[in-house]
Amino acid sequence: MQDDRRTFLKTLGLGSLVSLGGFAFLQRLGGPSQALASGAHLAKADPNVKRWGMVIDMSLCKEGCNDCVTVCHSRHNVPDHGNKKDEIKWIWKAPYQNVFTEKNHSYTQEGLLEKPFLTLCNHCDNPPCVRVCPTQATFKRGDGIVQMDFHRCIGCRFCMAGCPYGSRSFNWRDPRENIQEIDPHFPTRERGVVEKCNFCAERIDRGQMPHCVETCKEGVLTFGNLNDPNSEVRQVLKEKKTIQRKPALGTQPSVFYVI
Amino acid sequence: MYNAKIVIPVLLVFLGLLTYPLWSPKGSHQHETHRTLAQPKGEQCVESARWMRANHMQLLENWRHSVVRDQQRTYVATDGKHYDKSLTNTCLGCHGPAEHFCDECHGYTSVKPYCWTCHLDEPPAAGSENPHSPAMELSKAMEAQDAR
Repeated sequence: MQDDRRTFLKTLGLGSLVSLGGFAFLQRLGGPSQALASGAHLAKADPNVKRWGMVIDMSLCKEGCNDCVTVCHSRHNVPDHGNKKDEIKWIWKAPYQNVFTEKNHSYTQEGLLEKPFLTLCNHCDNPPCVRVCPTQATFKRGDGIVQMDFHRCIGCRFCMAGCPYGSRSFNWRDPRENIQEIDPHFPTRERGVVEKCNFCAERIDRGQMPHCVETCKEGVLTFGNLNDPNSEVRQVLKEKKTIQRKPALGTQPSVFYVI
Repeated sequence: MYNAKIVIPVLLVFLGLLTYPLWSPKGSHQHETHRTLAQPKGEQCVESARWMRANHMQLLENWRHSVVRDQQRTYVATDGKHYDKSLTNTCLGCHGPAEHFCDECHGYTSVKPYCWTCHLDEPPAAGSENPHSPAMELSKAMEAQDAR
């Protein structure tokens, strides 16, 4: 073969034409035109399909009030082992600087860094915990709730490593030892499974609001269908400036905050 | 035959011992094959007792899957009645506590389902608050928290 400049350029041109055409062809076949993490899912929202979400308005949350935490934990039989290592939490308060790790700088508004912020599982649109679970014990329901199937959990804790929000707790000990009063209407967990907030799936399935939302007297928590533009939660999102936790990770949290 | 005087009696004794469980009233344990189960409180089960005896494990497996993974919380029985798919509330509501019903046969047949490590083996006390009504009094929960 003659290796002159002319043949080389011709071959190069032909090669790039074929490869570009190939990409276009693959895209036609239904390849991902947009990465899931960029919110492609929400854009196609159908108002008749439920997609649960929550807004937490921290400007209304009273310091020292823990009603939502107490009710959630007592109704879901969350134990209190009394030490940090064994701690189980579904909904809890943590300082702003820990909740919004990427949003604090040395000159942040006075008192904000230490202000306790309410935090819980974000029920992400693109949940890393679901992707890493080897047994599909954690899965995403059609309505967006990231749910645990404790029957399947093998306690490998991949999900805990995957969750960037620390929303998951592992039962190092038998939880029944340290439940003040077992609520007979909800099961406990056993030693060796991971647990987290379930957005009160058991109540939502019966058309009720989550415990925390129902309990809060200050109206801090707004819960509703993110797909429905007329829902209460969408109204709040429309009117107020809201932020998500660690949006750059592309997990697309369903929990929004008003600072 | 050599030593028939010794061999035959020893053989008979041996055969006797070997078949002991078959002819001894003590060895056969006839009376233990029938377990006495606690009489259920309700009038009828979700399906016939005969069917339940053979298939309750598949039914429960089905329930747990459909409730947790498919959000189907109501069971439509063969006779058209609707039931809440709940082990503790529906099943044990009539059959509870598990100790007097489930464990009776499971213990005898050495079947060890691990339902009760999470699910409660007793139904909520009669008159206790409905799970679907608003949360238990907050004051009570707060007291519990203060006590910690």
